[in-house]
Formats: sequence, C-alpha cells, structure tokens
Amino acid sequence: MRKVFGPLAALAGVMLVASPFVVAQAPFEASMGIVSKIFYFHVPSWFAMFTAIGICGVASVVHLFRNSPRADRIAEAAGEIAVVFGLMGLVTGPLWGRKAWGVWWIWDAKLTIALLLEMTFISGILVRKYGGPGSDKLAAAVGIFGLAVTPFVYEAVNIWRTIHPLTSVVPTLPARMALPFWFCVTAYMLLLALLLMLRVNLGKRQAALDELYLAYED
Amino acid sequence: MSLRRLLIALTSFVLLSSSVFAMQPPAGQSEFVPVDAVPLADQLPAAPLLITAYAFVWIAAMVYLWSIWRRLNKVEDEMRTLAQKIPHR
Repeated sequence: MRKVFGPLAALAGVMLVASPFVVAQAPFEASMGIVSKIFYFHVPSWFAMFTAIGICGVASVVHLFRNSPRADRIAEAAGEIAVVFGLMGLVTGPLWGRKAWGVWWIWDAKLTIALLLEMTFISGILVRKYGGPGSDKLAAAVGIFGLAVTPFVYEAVNIWRTIHPLTSVVPTLPARMALPFWFCVTAYMLLLALLLMLRVNLGKRQAALDELYLAYED
Repeated sequence: MSLRRLLIALTSFVLLSSSVFAMQPPAGQSEFVPVDAVPLADQLPAAPLLITAYAFVWIAAMVYLWSIWRRLNKVEDEMRTLAQKIPHR
C-alpha cells in the first residue's frame, strides 16, 4: 500500500491543481453562465461522498455480522471522509444556488434529504466519540442506514418536484463539458482514496496504541 | 414705462422659475415597466462565488489532512512514551 501511496498522492495533487485550468476551458452553461462552473466541483464532491458511504456501508455490514476490527476501521474512516465531502457539496451548492436560483438555500426534497444524510454521518462520528462501549456496533448501524438512504438522495430530483437540476444532466453532457467533468470526478476519487488510506492508517495506529495501553496495565 | 416693467418682471419670472423647477425632486413613478432580464448593474457577480467554492474545497481537504496528521502525531507520541515506560517495569 505504501508503494502506491506516493505516486497516487502525486497524481491526485497534479490533477487537483490542474482542475481549475481544465474547468476554465469548458464552455459556459447557457442560462447560468460563469457560476455553472461550480458544477465541476459540486457534483464530484457528492460522487466522492456517495462512494465513501458505499465503502462505509459495506464495511459496517462486515463488522456488524463478522465482528471484524479491520472492517470497523474502514467504516470509521469512510464515514468521516463522507462528512468531509458532504460538507464540500453542501457549501458549494448554495454558492451556486445564490446565483442560479436567487437564494442560498431552499427546503426542497433534494437539498433537505442531502442535509439529513450529512447529519446522519455526523451522528455516526458523535456515536463513536461519546457512545461508550459498543458504540462501534451502533455506528455500523448508522452507516448501514446512511447507505440505505443514499439512493433516495440521488433519485430525489426524479421522485419529487424540486428546483435542483435533474440526474439526466450528467449523462447528456456534451463532450466539451463531459471531459472536464470526468477529469474532476477522477481527481476527487483519487483524493478520496488517499484520505481513506491515511485515515485507515490512523485507525490502525490507534488500535496499536490501545493494545500497548493494555500491555502496560497488565 | 409700465410695459418695460412688465417685460422685466416676465423675463425675471421665466429665468427664476427655470432654476426653481430644476431644484424640484423628480416626479414620482406613475407606472411600472416590466422587463424579463435583470439590468446588468444589478446582477450578482458570479466569479467570487466560483472562486469561493473552489477555495472552500481546497481548504476543507487541507484542514482534514492536517487533522489526520495531527492525530497521527499525537498517537505516535503516546506510543513512544508508553514504549519507554514498559521496559522499566
């Protein structure tokens, strides 16, 4: 894993630094103009969040039914990273909405359920921190619940009438917009992989420290 | 003589009245004219919003990286301290 980390970090760094220049080459959206370029940071943030939730959910299932400390560490790391990417989405979205819709926030189905998803994973972190013994199992249940809610967040624009652009936007992007978009998605996915590796390593070291404390007390 | 006075009075009235009328506030709007597009001067600038969005993404990623690094350093410090204590027992 350590062999992969260096080149992966370099590639992610280069892609993230290059992303604004790649996005600058993309054409403007007809009705929204320059602010539409927030799309290239906003949507990849949610893609990365959904991926992190997927990892957290699967690892939570493994931990819940097989009592695997390794899966628990992965679930903990992915849940925390999901909150970071969710925060990016929740901040960049209103910056876009202020210009595109004239308001920072609107309590429509898509935005509200996305906020609830973010709060679900924040609650997972709080459960782990303050839940006491057995909190890892409770946090795993929260992770699985978050995973179950995620398809509704993605499909909210198709299920309910909302002001938010539909999911059909991404598959129908013209090539000049699709290329920078998928470039940014790849950069965010690399960033997700890097953060996950670092955070899992932190969990591993914390587990080693706990074992050392037990050895010391014995 | 009276005609001359009358002309002077009229001329003075015209000259003075123009400046008096010029000092009056503009007439109130009698009707609203609808337009579909917001005037350019009233439009919210988009570039600062775009820059803020990109900057926030970077700041969030960097702060999270820093928090991992800080926690890792704390764990390593504790491990070193404990490792030093264990052989002495």
